[in-house]
Amino acid sequence: MIRMAAHLFGYDLRAFIRNRQAQFFTLALPVLFLVILASLFGGHGHTTPVPGGQVSISVAYVPGIMTLGIIAACFGNLVASVTAQRERGVLKRRRATPVPAAAVIAGRVLTAVVIAVTMAAVLLGIGWGAYSVHVPGRTALALAVTVVVGAASFCCLGYALASLVHNEDAALPATQAILLPLYFISGVFVAVSVLPHWLAGVGDVFPVRHLRDALLAAYNPHTTGLGFAGRDLLIVAAWGAAGLLIALRKFSWLPLGR
Amino acid sequence: MDSTGPTPGTHHPGLAPAQPEPVVTVCGLVKRYGSHDAVKGIDLEVRRGEIFAFLGPNGAGKTTTVEILEGFRQRTDGEIAVLGADPATAGRAWRDRVGVVLQESEPEPGLSVRECLALYAGFYQAPRDIDETISLVGLTGKAGALASRLSGGQRRRLDFALALIGDPELIFLDEPTTGFDPSARRAAWEVVAGLRQLGKTIFLTTHYMDEAEYLADRIAVLSAGRIVAEGTPRTLGGRDHMTTAISFTLPAGLAARDLPEGLRPLAEPGPGGLTVLHSESPLVHLQMLSNWALSRGFDLPGLDVHRPTLEEVYLSLTSSTPAKD
Repeated sequence: MIRMAAHLFGYDLRAFIRNRQAQFFTLALPVLFLVILASLFGGHGHTTPVPGGQVSISVAYVPGIMTLGIIAACFGNLVASVTAQRERGVLKRRRATPVPAAAVIAGRVLTAVVIAVTMAAVLLGIGWGAYSVHVPGRTALALAVTVVVGAASFCCLGYALASLVHNEDAALPATQAILLPLYFISGVFVAVSVLPHWLAGVGDVFPVRHLRDALLAAYNPHTTGLGFAGRDLLIVAAWGAAGLLIALRKFSWLPLGR
Repeated sequence: MDSTGPTPGTHHPGLAPAQPEPVVTVCGLVKRYGSHDAVKGIDLEVRRGEIFAFLGPNGAGKTTTVEILEGFRQRTDGEIAVLGADPATAGRAWRDRVGVVLQESEPEPGLSVRECLALYAGFYQAPRDIDETISLVGLTGKAGALASRLSGGQRRRLDFALALIGDPELIFLDEPTTGFDPSARRAAWEVVAGLRQLGKTIFLTTHYMDEAEYLADRIAVLSAGRIVAEGTPRTLGGRDHMTTAISFTLPAGLAARDLPEGLRPLAEPGPGGLTVLHSESPLVHLQMLSNWALSRGFDLPGLDVHRPTLEEVYLSLTSSTPAKD
């Protein structure tokens, strides 16, 4: 099973790298967002409050855009590609072979997680190079764990949504319709502190905000201790578990839209 | 595998060698969608090494049946065994021995032909050689091309290659040439004929008569969920017992009554002044006719010998709803 999952991973990753739409939305867009947002709002002396003190705005954007990068790889791209594979019969064709179902899913999830980890590292590198922030070694483990828990949870949510979208053309609009408002109310594009109280409360329900907060806790130079945001991670994981339940009940190997 | 095949012909010493064992056995298969019976109780058997064609119009239940045999759909009723197992519950070892070309599926669009085959080869225990398989389906020149850039015919050949890569014993081909231009169909037929050389058992569905006639050892005609005829391309629907039409134009001044005695009762006037003989022994009657004409020193313009085509047999079989209950 693990050997087959690794085998599939190699080819899924290759197919991802060749897909221009995936390249743009998953690899280029997060970097663009970070550079643009940090340039717009992150001038000298512009700071924003974070737990434990103040950081420059450009620094605060790094965990936010890292959240966006993880979600783009594990949710946006995954929903689009899994829906397309199902509707075009690629998944059905694979099911006619001896490959175990779990290996097909594990291979695809591994692809998404590897892309998410790579994106997190790239954004971290930009933050370090351009905005001179580096992660203290003390919280590095927390950061890595948070990236992986976030990636895995959003993969589960991705499989849940892919099971509910019946048409490959609807996949991308559906993910963007869900994600864009959430990015605005979850501290990804604008600080939660400037939001009306009720809007911040809405954002607090969803996992985007909690993934962003957990990444910030591990990234924030003022964090004391190991940097694990236990409550936020639990909420993200709970959303992932709910997604997994829906996916297990609704997932289809056969086209739904015909 | 259990060997339920017949033992060597002790009971029939005069017959051909014992038939190979059955690979697909279907008994009383029924598939119901709501109140609609898509498949209304069919029985069939496909033996090892055979190319079996399931012929029928769209909506006759071909794909439903074949997808039940492939394990994609659950049956409502009936007994089936494919390679000795029930496809609904068969596991990985069974899938290792079965290859499929689905009616509507796409190979991995982001991978090249060779990568698609390498990916699928990794799914099987003892896959075939990748380059040899690419060459078998005639895609050697396209081995590095992305699957999404292939033409329809090339993509179908890649489907064939993916069905073969695991070196299966049994291959299901669901309408493998629908939508092809004539040359692409010919090329696909050559690939299937090549599979026969490899000793594979092939279960083919098609709505093209010429395809079934060219490829199949045995044909079953499906109409509205029932098998209405079964036989070889030569014998299907009593085709071998049907009369052959010998038509020609008699020289001016001669009429059907001037024909030799043995031919006179067979003659009928045909369209456009033709004379038509309805013959059950066309060779004998043709000789009589040509001897008669040659001995009198004239030609028979428009001479044509027409055996009923499989298409005519098929249309007569599928046009009327069978009255069987």
